[in-house]
Amino acid sequence: MEPTLIRFILRHSLRQQIGVVALTLVSFPFLYYSLDLPKTIINQAIGGKNLPATFFGFQVDQVSYLMVLSGIFLVMVFVNGGFKYAINVVKGRLGERMLRRFRYELYTRILRFPLHHFRRVSQGELIPMITAEVEPLGGYIGDAIAQPIFQGGTLITIVIFMFMQEPILGLAAISLYPIQGYIIPKLQRKVNKLGKERVKAVRKLAEQIGESVSGVQEIRAHDASRWQLARFTSQLGIIYGIRFEIFQRKFFVKFLNNFINQLTPFFFYSIGGYLVIQGNLSFGSLVAVLAAYKDLASPWKELLDYYQQKEDNRIKYEQIAEQFQPEGMLEESLSAHDAETLERIEGSLHTTGLTLVEDDGKAVLESVSLQLALTGLKLAVVGPEGQGKDHLALLLARLVLPTAGQIQIGGRDLLALPLSVTGRRLAYVGPSAYVFSSSLRDNLLFGVMHRPVGDVAYADQEAAKAAARRHEAQVSGNSPDDPRADWVDMGEVGVADAAGLLARLCQLLERVDLETDVYHLGLRGAVDPKRRPDVAESLLAARRSLRERLASAGLAHLVEPFDRNLYNANATLAENLVFGTPIGNAFDLERLAEHPYALTVLDTLGLTNTLIDTGRKIAETMVELFADLPPDNPFFEQFSFISADDLPEFQALLSRVGREAAATMKPDDRLRLLSLPFKLINARHRLGLIDEALQKKIVEARGVFASGLPDDLKRGIEFFDPERYNAAASLQDNVLFGKVAYGQAEATSRVGQVVTEVLDKLGLRPVVLEVGLDFPVGIAGSRLTQAQRQKLAVARALLRRPDLLILNQAMSALDGSSQGKLLPAVIDEMNGRALVWVLSRVQWAKNFDRVIVVKGGRIVEQGTFAELDRPGSALTELVKQD
Amino acid sequence: MSLAEEVALLKSIPLFAKIEPSKLKLLAFTSERLTFDPDQVLCKQGDPGDAAYVVIDGEVSISIDAPTAPSGRIVVATLGPGAIVGEIAILCDVPRTATVTSIGRTVTLRISKELFFRLITEFPQIAVEVMRELAHRLEKTNLQLREARVGKPH
Repeated sequence: MEPTLIRFILRHSLRQQIGVVALTLVSFPFLYYSLDLPKTIINQAIGGKNLPATFFGFQVDQVSYLMVLSGIFLVMVFVNGGFKYAINVVKGRLGERMLRRFRYELYTRILRFPLHHFRRVSQGELIPMITAEVEPLGGYIGDAIAQPIFQGGTLITIVIFMFMQEPILGLAAISLYPIQGYIIPKLQRKVNKLGKERVKAVRKLAEQIGESVSGVQEIRAHDASRWQLARFTSQLGIIYGIRFEIFQRKFFVKFLNNFINQLTPFFFYSIGGYLVIQGNLSFGSLVAVLAAYKDLASPWKELLDYYQQKEDNRIKYEQIAEQFQPEGMLEESLSAHDAETLERIEGSLHTTGLTLVEDDGKAVLESVSLQLALTGLKLAVVGPEGQGKDHLALLLARLVLPTAGQIQIGGRDLLALPLSVTGRRLAYVGPSAYVFSSSLRDNLLFGVMHRPVGDVAYADQEAAKAAARRHEAQVSGNSPDDPRADWVDMGEVGVADAAGLLARLCQLLERVDLETDVYHLGLRGAVDPKRRPDVAESLLAARRSLRERLASAGLAHLVEPFDRNLYNANATLAENLVFGTPIGNAFDLERLAEHPYALTVLDTLGLTNTLIDTGRKIAETMVELFADLPPDNPFFEQFSFISADDLPEFQALLSRVGREAAATMKPDDRLRLLSLPFKLINARHRLGLIDEALQKKIVEARGVFASGLPDDLKRGIEFFDPERYNAAASLQDNVLFGKVAYGQAEATSRVGQVVTEVLDKLGLRPVVLEVGLDFPVGIAGSRLTQAQRQKLAVARALLRRPDLLILNQAMSALDGSSQGKLLPAVIDEMNGRALVWVLSRVQWAKNFDRVIVVKGGRIVEQGTFAELDRPGSALTELVKQD
Repeated sequence: MSLAEEVALLKSIPLFAKIEPSKLKLLAFTSERLTFDPDQVLCKQGDPGDAAYVVIDGEVSISIDAPTAPSGRIVVATLGPGAIVGEIAILCDVPRTATVTSIGRTVTLRISKELFFRLITEFPQIAVEVMRELAHRLEKTNLQLREARVGKPH
């Protein structure tokens, strides 16, 4: 990266800068002419002096001459405006491209940072640097060369004009410039220094915010917010102090400038006036000089502003650039995206004198020498915590570079291998492998998406747009690759097509003991029947099959199916009325009582007052049951229709309305009472308030609700239909097509079992898994458990069939039984290739052919487990501690 | 069965007989009514206990593991409506001491651990009833022990 901004600008935009300058210069004659034109119009056309008889060979009189000149003036207005517009567009594009290039460059550097650098630099610092801090650079870069030339040229022109009028006055005009030129940079330097401090202070602030976001659980759990607020306040105070000082100094510079600019006319009036009185200067010339001086102010001011801006941006650039060149960055040549064909890594793994010294001078690994045949290698690395075993793994994966020593792999120097080899033929999984916030599938495929394997098939119009995007990316030095292309390298997975890939993914999920989890995620997921009509059809078959299966197992009473003509006792009244799944927020079942359309339907059937009376009975019961309980009683949350806070209001409401008929109540009271019965589930609450007559009425209302639904609301609901797949409902709900009965012991798990059986029998398990793979895992995989994330990371590494897989305590979050399943599965998957596993529990080392014991930064023992398992050995010691 | 009917039923159970109806209503409303199909397990010996059950309708058998018995377990008692089962595990925080299985279709009131403790702290009558029930069982056990000793002189 270029060390200074000006070099960055010249290197990447010299030609465009010349273009802007050229365009600016070309615009000058037009500008000059348009300044000159008014004089001609006034003196010749209007004043009638020196009126030319012909104009470009045409005979003209005074009026038509005036009209022609005015016409030209109008044209010049357009031309000048056009130039201004064109120059601004060119400058803007230039600036934006350079900004884009700079950001891209910074980002690529982050990807090449040595990993230990991230211990010192936080996200919170890096993010604002690439996002907010560089932003003003774009605006400046467009102006960087053209602006001083343009404004400087204007300034010089005007000064020359003044000298031509009267050298003394010209001298007077610029007499103070040297002083300004001396003082202002001096003052500016202090402002620049403050600017640097401000940037650092803001980065600290960003870092603190980032830390608070990551540690918010801790802050809340330890009631540390006051301490955090105090720290934050102090940081804000520092920033305030710096900013305020900058303002003061900036305004002082401004004040000084204005003062000096105002001082010059003093010379004009005194010296110029004296010369006029003495008769040495014509009155007209003094006026002309005064007028010219007015024009002089603007370019001078622009130049000073430019200077301030230039300094600001220079500092910014240098400050950012220095942050992005830490020691030990990955060589650029290693990350070059070439290597279409990849040779496998075979042969042996050979290290000599491998040493790693930490920043503080402590050696965590000392002259480790290893000689291992890669083919069929099954190596366990064990040792006490923090004495070098995990560093050995990181070194072998080249995620950390050794301080001294060599690693030869397959006869080649590991440190010189390009990323395209280490990142494809080697795999590493650490204890806290990162999960990206996309779907499970994307996370699994993450390791086999090294480069686009095909072009995107865009439609005509889209293709042009895509080409334009690519061109724009290239002129800014960005990546030409299209993220929408297909990136999955089937060859690396070892499958031929998408179906094979899915099968392989399912197999891997099974192997890492994640299959059941994903299956359940799939059951809760949704399928778009338009995209997958076959799946929807199969799920409908499963729905029918489930009914039969439940009946034959004598479990039919565990599910109450949706029936258009029957009231569902296990659903809320709202669900019974709407009888469908809401889509989007057209209907909120929780607040159906406020929905105008629902109210219309109730009114049509004369149900509103009945339901308000039901609501009154509910309120009475709740007040009776819960009035004596303290408000913090957990029953409120679990059982009451009314929250503890609202209970007194309902008490008041009940005594207010007394025995009053529903029809005459106030609208507010009616709404409050009406909202209650909608939440009622007959089978669960057993209040006996929705009797058969009311149930019939609701079923009738259900029909009216569906048939009268206005068009704009039709898309807000997907009705329950036994013969149709419900796109808005989950896969499980579609198969179930009903409600699990309340009050039946273990109903949910027993029904779940049957659902699974039915789906398996119909061969739908892969389909459910496929849906499960679409599950969005949340930010940093937060919707998965730590154990699920570790399993996912192992599966991700296995998917790309590496020649050497290095697992560094990759199962630490798993329970014993899961570890017991995963370990042999991974060993089996890696059969014939090389596996190095740093174990957190020594007992698992029995499953490996070879064991290395790392202790105090050295290999203290190596051999088979049986060989090392003898009294007094380091291994035995570890087994005892385990 | 509606809440009102349930309250009437609870009233007929000695454990709850002396509790005022409004509290019984709260109890009925806040506790889950669970129906077990024949031969379903209410609680399994050795599992952690999280609830007690009051039998409302039907019968349950209480059995303990006995490796020497032909079926692997010995049925120690059969209880019917009004009986409370599963309270020992939640009272003394020990794993389930016996397995409870429904004989026919059995309706129970599931009283969670939390609710159970609230009940016995708030309503001493219930505590007394629970004590009485436990004392009865102890007495019965003692009796059996005595008979066993008398039957087999050393």
